[in-house]
Amino acid sequence: MQEAAAKPKPAYLRISGLWKSFGDFLALRDVSLSIAEGEFVCFLGPSGCGKTTLLRAIAGLDLQTRGTIHQAGRDISGLPPSKRDYGIVFQSYALFPNLTIERNVAFGLENSRRPRAEIDRRVGELLALVGLSGQAKKYPAQLSGGQQQRIALARAMAISPGLLLLDEPLSALDAKVRVHLRHEIKELQRKLGVTTIMVTHDQEEALSMADRIVVMNHGVIEQVGTPTEIYRHPETLFVADFIGETNQFPTRIAGQGRLAVEATQFLCAPHDLPEGSDAIAVIRPVDVIPHGSAAHGSGTAEGAGTAENLVDATVEEMEFLGAFWRCRLSSPRFGSRILVADFSINAVRRLGIETGGAMQVELPRERVLVFPGKT
Amino acid sequence: MSVAALALPAGRAPRQSIARDDLVKRGLMVAISLYLVLSLAAPLYVMLSKSLSTYRFDLKQFELQVSDATGTVWSEPASAEALNARLSAATADDLRAGSDSRLAATKFVEDFSFRSPVRYRLRGTEEGARWLVGSAPGGGTAWQEFDSNTFRRVMLRPVQSYGLDNFVSYFSTPALSNSIRNSALMATISTAITIAVAFGLAYALNRSTMPFKGFFRLVTAIPILVPSLLPGIALVYLFGNQGLLKGLMMGYSIYGPIGIVIGSVFFTLPHAFLIISTALSVADARHYEAAASLRASRWRTFWTVTVPGARFGIVSAAFVVFTLVITDFGLPKVIGGQYNMLAVDIYKQVIGQQNFEMGAVVSVILLIPAVLAFVVDRIVQRRQVALLSARAVPYRPKPNRRFDMLCLAWCAFVAVFLVGIIGICQLAALVKLWPYDMSLGLKNYAFDLMDGGGWAAYWNSIEMALLTAVVGTVVVFTGAYMVEKTKGFATGRAAFHFLAMLPMAVPGMVLGLAYIFFFNNPANPLNPIYGTMAILVVCTVTHFYTVSHLTALTALKQMDAEFEPVAESLRQPFHRLFFKVTVPVCLPAILDISIYLFVNAMTTVSAVVFLYSTQTQLASVAVLNMDDAGDIAPAAAMGMMIFYTNVVARLVHALLSRLLLARSQAWRR
Amino acid sequence: MTSRSSAVLAALAAALLSSSAFAETTLTVYTSVEAVDLDRYKQTFEAANPDIKINWVRDSTGVMTAKLLAEKDNPQADVVWGVAATSLLLLKGEGMLEPYAPAGVEKLDPKFVDQATPPSWVGMDAYVAALCYNTVEAEKLGLTPPKSWADLTKPEYKGHVVMPNPNSSGTGFLDVSAWLQIMGEEAAWKYMDALHENIAAYTHSGSKPCKMAAAGETVIGVSFEFPGAKAKQGGAPIDIIFPSEGSGWEAEATAIIAGTANLEAAKKLVDWSISKEANEMYNVGYAVVAYPGVAKPVEHLPADVAAKMIKNDFEWAANNRAKILAEWAKRYDGKSEPKS
Repeated sequence: MQEAAAKPKPAYLRISGLWKSFGDFLALRDVSLSIAEGEFVCFLGPSGCGKTTLLRAIAGLDLQTRGTIHQAGRDISGLPPSKRDYGIVFQSYALFPNLTIERNVAFGLENSRRPRAEIDRRVGELLALVGLSGQAKKYPAQLSGGQQQRIALARAMAISPGLLLLDEPLSALDAKVRVHLRHEIKELQRKLGVTTIMVTHDQEEALSMADRIVVMNHGVIEQVGTPTEIYRHPETLFVADFIGETNQFPTRIAGQGRLAVEATQFLCAPHDLPEGSDAIAVIRPVDVIPHGSAAHGSGTAEGAGTAENLVDATVEEMEFLGAFWRCRLSSPRFGSRILVADFSINAVRRLGIETGGAMQVELPRERVLVFPGKT
Repeated sequence: MSVAALALPAGRAPRQSIARDDLVKRGLMVAISLYLVLSLAAPLYVMLSKSLSTYRFDLKQFELQVSDATGTVWSEPASAEALNARLSAATADDLRAGSDSRLAATKFVEDFSFRSPVRYRLRGTEEGARWLVGSAPGGGTAWQEFDSNTFRRVMLRPVQSYGLDNFVSYFSTPALSNSIRNSALMATISTAITIAVAFGLAYALNRSTMPFKGFFRLVTAIPILVPSLLPGIALVYLFGNQGLLKGLMMGYSIYGPIGIVIGSVFFTLPHAFLIISTALSVADARHYEAAASLRASRWRTFWTVTVPGARFGIVSAAFVVFTLVITDFGLPKVIGGQYNMLAVDIYKQVIGQQNFEMGAVVSVILLIPAVLAFVVDRIVQRRQVALLSARAVPYRPKPNRRFDMLCLAWCAFVAVFLVGIIGICQLAALVKLWPYDMSLGLKNYAFDLMDGGGWAAYWNSIEMALLTAVVGTVVVFTGAYMVEKTKGFATGRAAFHFLAMLPMAVPGMVLGLAYIFFFNNPANPLNPIYGTMAILVVCTVTHFYTVSHLTALTALKQMDAEFEPVAESLRQPFHRLFFKVTVPVCLPAILDISIYLFVNAMTTVSAVVFLYSTQTQLASVAVLNMDDAGDIAPAAAMGMMIFYTNVVARLVHALLSRLLLARSQAWRR
Repeated sequence: MTSRSSAVLAALAAALLSSSAFAETTLTVYTSVEAVDLDRYKQTFEAANPDIKINWVRDSTGVMTAKLLAEKDNPQADVVWGVAATSLLLLKGEGMLEPYAPAGVEKLDPKFVDQATPPSWVGMDAYVAALCYNTVEAEKLGLTPPKSWADLTKPEYKGHVVMPNPNSSGTGFLDVSAWLQIMGEEAAWKYMDALHENIAAYTHSGSKPCKMAAAGETVIGVSFEFPGAKAKQGGAPIDIIFPSEGSGWEAEATAIIAGTANLEAAKKLVDWSISKEANEMYNVGYAVVAYPGVAKPVEHLPADVAAKMIKNDFEWAANNRAKILAEWAKRYDGKSEPKS
């Protein structure tokens, strides 16, 4: 299991060897993870990958079957939720419908022997923080979804928890509000410096908000890393496939940094796979570089180092997707397979790319990744 | 990147240290489970074992000697069993007994004459042998000598054992076992008629644009507010020998099947109507549009769209009605005449003959159809839910003058029936001496001059109903909350839920009888509540537990499951969430449960008829007892008091709901 | 139980007893007398015995009997006052009654006293089988009043006779047991076969047939004299007929429950219950009481009701009760279809 390479900050939350079984089904398998103080971490993965199970284990809502969890140096593995130190926001917001906004936010404050005035002051602060000061006397049903989500956040933060847990907080909102709230939450988190874990199945959300992303699949952590690490250097085929889009070709390793597709060879990023083994080569559509039509190109570039990764292709189909063109390219070097490439509108215009036309594309060596396995 | 381990490593799962809250919750759940075990499971178990408790004459227990005419020379001692083998004095049938049976000892001697000088000796072969000399108890293993005149009065007593004898004698006594057929027949006929009437009513109120729908809905609810005895009494005044409409009977007697069926239709109608009406109200307009576009006739549309769409509702209603009729006791008691029904048999066996064992046998037999109907209904209900969750476009009826008038006529007919039954009771209650002095007066309201408990019974009923409503609502809602909103403890919660569903399958008579067996046992530490108001409240709460539980559960299921985790994360005790959020949000359901319990506590007869005492007579039982004693007009008067009380309770409930909702449910809009 | 704990209990019991000696004794009295009579009986008794208070537990005879039998191993009552003698015989058979000869028992009519010495129960009064005959309805139908039990089997009464079901009514049982005693078993069952043809309904309670006759629901109600007198008082057009063969009857009686903690007070109550004063009290509702010479005629009833009573063998009735009821049920219960 990889913990992110030694970070300067000490671990605030340390999860080691966590397992969770539901009957015969293993929802978490030997999960270990450290999260630093003040970090914003996203658990990302398809539904059923175990990300919510992991969150609920951290919250003490579903106890793990094996393993330990330490928070701020304290072993919280067996503590009930009320003895832990976190605030939580659910997808449904779970606002109490019969209490006003201010009573909702004050809910966690009222039990302690705090003076009324102090509670009111704190509630005012929190409402100001989420920008809903004027709504204190309203009931949740009178607010929009985004406003409700912010109230839920304010309520969770009222008790100044050491850890903030967000369970798919944005998925019930429509797209525009979602994008807007992403920034707000991130901003708020930075301002308060609270260690935050967010569960999401939306990669865009994770990439835009998280300091680090924990990609999970089948109850296992596939990779932990910063958004760019995850995107640029996926460590597993699953991660590569799940984050962003990919072309995948079955290949055979033809030596260090060299692989064979059909009859020809390509250069690829460094790897430690043995020669002759089956592998899958991956390249993202955006990483494909257009070199214009073969007519005014250099034809074949045999012998040249990168020339191996230059491919003469035919544009089979073009699809306009607003910000770019998605092109489907065929080439004898790919056999019957199609290479999908995303080209900017500029490039298409400049290079005169058109359906049925011929063109040369480059597959940059460092962007061609290989992973073990067969398709 | 590691290759994931595939198997859970050995070791123990961590245990969550238990917060004080969890202790409180578990404590509450255990308390309420214990309530259901003590108020339901244990009594039923005791009753089942009682049905297997039999009495038989054990002839091996007795030894006899006979002297010669001088009274000095004795025959060899011989067991009664050996003597019986020789004389064939008692058949196997004769040896099966009730607790109360006696067998003359003279049967086992030849040529007995009470004037002869012959003397007799009797002894037991074991300590348990018992007999009577006249009415004085005797027994023991020492020889006892009698002259012939005294020996004439010696009666052997049976011993208790366990076995299926009671069931054997039940099925070999046609007077008893015929009741199975009778009950099933009455329930089937009543169900068919009730469903037809209720369907017509529900169809008219949901699928037409006829006027006065609100009024008819109100009228349809009337039968819920009165004990099932009341339609019986009304039928006596309508169709009895001095009835207003006796001519309509064409010589047939209202006492018996006809009365049972008419009365059953009356008291089961609202139940059937509510279920079918719900089924019809969720119709999908798209089906009708499709039918119209295919130019299907109205009649064809009805059979291909309407009826199949409501089929689960109809099946469910049919089972509910069937169960209500077959387990009802009040109505056949009043109007059944000589037509024996199972529920009345229990009463006759227990109250009339003190034959508790046979009462238990009939109870077990009555449990079978009730449980069957319950199981089928649960299955159907489950499938209905799936049907309801489909996305549908609500159907809006279009005006059609002829059809609307037809609907109105049908509703008016049913309303006249319902109001007529209530009206005739009120009239009978006010008439001084039907039919000889038809002037009006309040003579029949002088309950204190009748058997049945007088006005005290009425006030007791109100006290009982209020206590049932309050205690029941608290217990039921707390129990439902524990089932729905606690985590872990899954087996316990499932068992609790099963217990909570069980009362619906247990007829009131059976529950009441089970309570006698369980609570009226001096060895039971709960014995002191026998004969008190407490046992009536416990019994009534338990009897009506299921519907209340389901109501509470439905309300709780609609609440966000994340409230509890949120409150916990905010380090708030669960009771704070419970009282500040759960209860206020569920207030409408809570009020519904209270009024349901109140109304049913006012009208119930079947379970409490075995459990009331002198200090705790009830109005509903008073109706029964006054009718039983022939004071039918006062019985009608008391029945009407129950009706008016329930009407007032309903009004108060409606008012309270509106007030409370306006205040505490401002957020609902 | 260990000897030590029993010693402690004994001391405790002694302490309780001595403290209760200062206060008045409260007796738990089970009864089936009419609800309206309860207060009158209690007040009259307590006036004569100021140191004893009565705590009534009342129910109909059947329920009371069931209750007493159910409490066999743990009796709650001190005294039974006003429960049918036949029921008390069942209790006696279970050894539940404390035999006691109350002061002055020799003055009572012996048929009102248990045969054993000392007697286990002593009688108070009797209710006597009688027919309630609705003259108005009879006239409409052109019927003539029956004079005897035998008359009831006449075809003209078909569908116009209602009687209590002996399986659920003490009154019904006393009718059947009386017929068996006066006619002999074989003849009596034959008689009931014929009577069954005329019966419109068997009711659950003994007074209901009379009230049905009073309300015109039936013409002839086989019942007993008291509800007849009451209905007539209320203006119902009925005659009360005592059949010529003689009437079955049941004594209401008093007994002490064995093992009572208040034996002395219980004895006092039983002593008083057979006194002349008590019998005068019973006479308000009952035409026949146990103390000879006390009974004054009750309105609407003939003066010589006692003369209509057959010689009733309670012991025989109690010992054959189960058998008779089973036979009756086999013959008539459940087979009968309602008649128009």
